[in-house]
Amino acid sequence: MKGTGAQILWESLVREGVDTVFGFPGGAVLPIYDALLEYPIHHVLVRHEQGATHMADGYARASGRVGVALATSGPGATNMVTGIATAMMDSSPIVCITGQVSSPFIGYDAFQETDVTGITLPITKHNYLVTDVKDLGRVIREAFYIARTGRPGPVLIDIAKDAQQASMEWEPDVSPIQLPGYRPPQEPLSADLELALNLIHAARRPVILAGHGVLVSGGVNQLREFAEKTRTPVAVTLLGIGALPASHPLYLGMMGMHGEAWVNYAIQEADLLLAFGMRFDDRVTGNLQDFAPEARKIQIDIDPSEINKNVSVDLALIGDLAETLDQILPHVEACDHGEWNEHIDEMKSESSQRDIQNMPDYGRLYAPHVVHDLWKYTHGESLVVTDVGQNQMWTAQYYKHEKPYHLITSGGLGTMGFALPAAIGAKFARPEAQVWAVAGDGGFQMTQAELSTAAQEGIKVNVAILNNGYLGMVRQWQEFFYDRRYSSTPLHSPDFLKIAEAHGLTGLRVTRRDEVESAIRQAEETEGTVVVEFRVEAEESVYPMVPTGAALDAMIRRPLPSHLTIE
Amino acid sequence: MKHTLVALVEDKPGVLNRVASLFRRRAFNIESLTVGHTHTPGISRMTIVIDSTQTNAERVTANLYKLINVIQVDDLAEMPSVSRDLAIIKVSANVANRGELIQLVDVFRARIVDVGSESLIVEITGVEEKIDGFVDVLRPFGIIEMVRTGIVAMARGSDPYPNLPSNGNGSVAVKELATLVDLV
Ligand SMILES: Cc1cc2nc3c(=O)[nH]c(=O)nc-3n(C[C@H](O)[C@H](O)[C@H](O)COP(=O)(O)OP(=O)(O)OC[C@H]3O[C@@H](n4cnc5c(N)ncnc54)[C@H](O)[C@@H]3O)c2cc1C
Ligand SMILES: Cc1ncc(C[n+]2csc(CCOP(=O)(O)OP(=O)(O)O)c2C)c(N)n1
Ligand SMILES: [Mg+2]
Repeated sequence: MKGTGAQILWESLVREGVDTVFGFPGGAVLPIYDALLEYPIHHVLVRHEQGATHMADGYARASGRVGVALATSGPGATNMVTGIATAMMDSSPIVCITGQVSSPFIGYDAFQETDVTGITLPITKHNYLVTDVKDLGRVIREAFYIARTGRPGPVLIDIAKDAQQASMEWEPDVSPIQLPGYRPPQEPLSADLELALNLIHAARRPVILAGHGVLVSGGVNQLREFAEKTRTPVAVTLLGIGALPASHPLYLGMMGMHGEAWVNYAIQEADLLLAFGMRFDDRVTGNLQDFAPEARKIQIDIDPSEINKNVSVDLALIGDLAETLDQILPHVEACDHGEWNEHIDEMKSESSQRDIQNMPDYGRLYAPHVVHDLWKYTHGESLVVTDVGQNQMWTAQYYKHEKPYHLITSGGLGTMGFALPAAIGAKFARPEAQVWAVAGDGGFQMTQAELSTAAQEGIKVNVAILNNGYLGMVRQWQEFFYDRRYSSTPLHSPDFLKIAEAHGLTGLRVTRRDEVESAIRQAEETEGTVVVEFRVEAEESVYPMVPTGAALDAMIRRPLPSHLTIE
Repeated sequence: MKHTLVALVEDKPGVLNRVASLFRRRAFNIESLTVGHTHTPGISRMTIVIDSTQTNAERVTANLYKLINVIQVDDLAEMPSVSRDLAIIKVSANVANRGELIQLVDVFRARIVDVGSESLIVEITGVEEKIDGFVDVLRPFGIIEMVRTGIVAMARGSDPYPNLPSNGNGSVAVKELATLVDLV
């Protein structure tokens, strides 16, 4: 068939199974937008290109498919940078398409020319500049393939305007993709598998550290089987939440800086750590010298560059997690770590005394209570997308997830403004799901313009703003480490109800605990996007907290309630 | 300790930039980096020398492999190899000391490639230490200008190289991301 570059692009996207694209037009993508009208792809007009990238990211994480974002050259492309870096850090498969000035003008500082492949080189898994229409079909296939295979990640395709306009005789290519430098994950050596089994069978105090790789590999069943067979308790990273149902008896909870105390203690006391698809982020390990000093460490990861990066391991199995566990499982002998599990349970019950959920609220509205109630009244079944800061940590701690990818959050980059656009993207991917965005008053204001996108699309997400009047997480650090000098963290916000109403949406405000349940129900029952502002306690902090540079078990704990500290 | 890596890369625009950007981003310390053609069209060869006391060779290799355009990386520390550096040196010379210079050039098996009234241009190839030694003995004469290529290196033996997979690799072996359909 004969087609222009723009037509080849859309035709190729249709063939990749793309049904939704998040974008914003401009001069360098006019041919692409013109051709769009002929194809069965829904275009979501965003209010800022950062929003498009987060939407594509939320879409990808919620569906397991590649999310697609589209922007013009220059400012359109640079606005994407934050979202691309976010997807890179969290291994999220998105394809970003940008227009570029016509190829004869590249390098001449043409109007709205930016070297976007140069800018995004370190924050993409791979990127392409296409100046010849003949390359376009192949490049798009490769881009989707690279984005979704192996360790997933963002791929950017920059297409010169003349390549969009040029036409050629074109047949879709179905031959195998030729990428001589794109290495398949190695297969673990059988000697290493044997060694792993020996370590597993010899362990007395093992802990599994389940990360995002469990979800990426689709290995939740294998993880569960392994844990149950070996009676090994499972700690999760922030991005590994959902790898094992929170209600499972072997589920420990989140590890790390704001992980549960008993989880961090268990890791420090362990004699074997099984790192399954997690990259020992510094928010997870605390001080590296003091990290799990007694433990042998086995790491299963698809990316060889993650081995011995932060934590040296005794044994590395490089490969896909699910496949590697499939190889190990038949040889695993049943273990019984009764004493170890009991010991952890004891630490758990000690911690529960300090848990704010077990403390009276004295008529105040605490953010952790709000999240707990949100969990309770949504029956733990919502797809929850968080922003960054205290709201994110409380959601990680108190919304107990049973299924993978029901918590979507920016972990590695910690991008404020992520929640609302990523929630919109997730809703497009999973229209049947109840989607809740949980954001702080600060982060919500960074991308609140996307409410207008939700309104235009008539799409329903529920937004919970935990309004504490502060850039709370930074305020907390100032409280703990800077002598309570609250420099530039008190935050004035607009009337969020009026913001919602101005967009033709519903706004609700909650100031007391006894109003939380009805507001949640009302939000879920109301048609269209609803913004619920929770006016929560201003100076509440996230506990426990491992100060940066401290060992994992040197946590700042929530003070015991006064009636327990008297003795 | 010096450590030599050989990387075969696709000969495409921007590949050198990708490699350089990787080294900068990961704070890898590079002693030298040379690029040139191989006998296989479409494939270039980079010789990368790192100081392995500061930069871990395994980390460099693993990160190089993450670049889609990098086809193969070999660590020459793991195999017998030959390595060469080339230098072109312009040195002050007058009638009085020219004879002495020519003698030194002979001893080091270097070559004089240009003679001016006040200077000579000398070319030398060899292992890095030999060239370092030559530069040291020339210094007292007055070095006006010098250029060195950086090391190029090759493993000994007759194994076919590059030893590439015939059809690329991805299509069969790279595992596709699991879809949620399987998960929930
Ligand atoms: C304010 C704030 C506080 C935070 N506090 C914490 C905290 O207390 N605790 C915490 O855990 N995190 C915390 N984080 C998040 C943290 O920064 C990291 O993002 C997170 O720990 C990374 O989790 P991960 O290693 O599981 O996932 P990723 O960073 O996504 O890494 C995934 C790993 O799995 C591997 N992988 C991918 N696919 C496969 C496959 N198919 N098979 C095998 N392996 C695969 C990858 O190569 C990679 O090594 C916080 C973030 C913020 C913003
Ligand atoms: C784009 C961006 N800028 C700055 C930060 C640093 N930062 C991390 S948490 C935080 C405070 C967030 O405040 P808010 O959104 O109100 O959430 P809260 O912590 O109060 O729940 C800030 C400023 C960031 N993570 N992202
Ligand atoms: Mg706040």
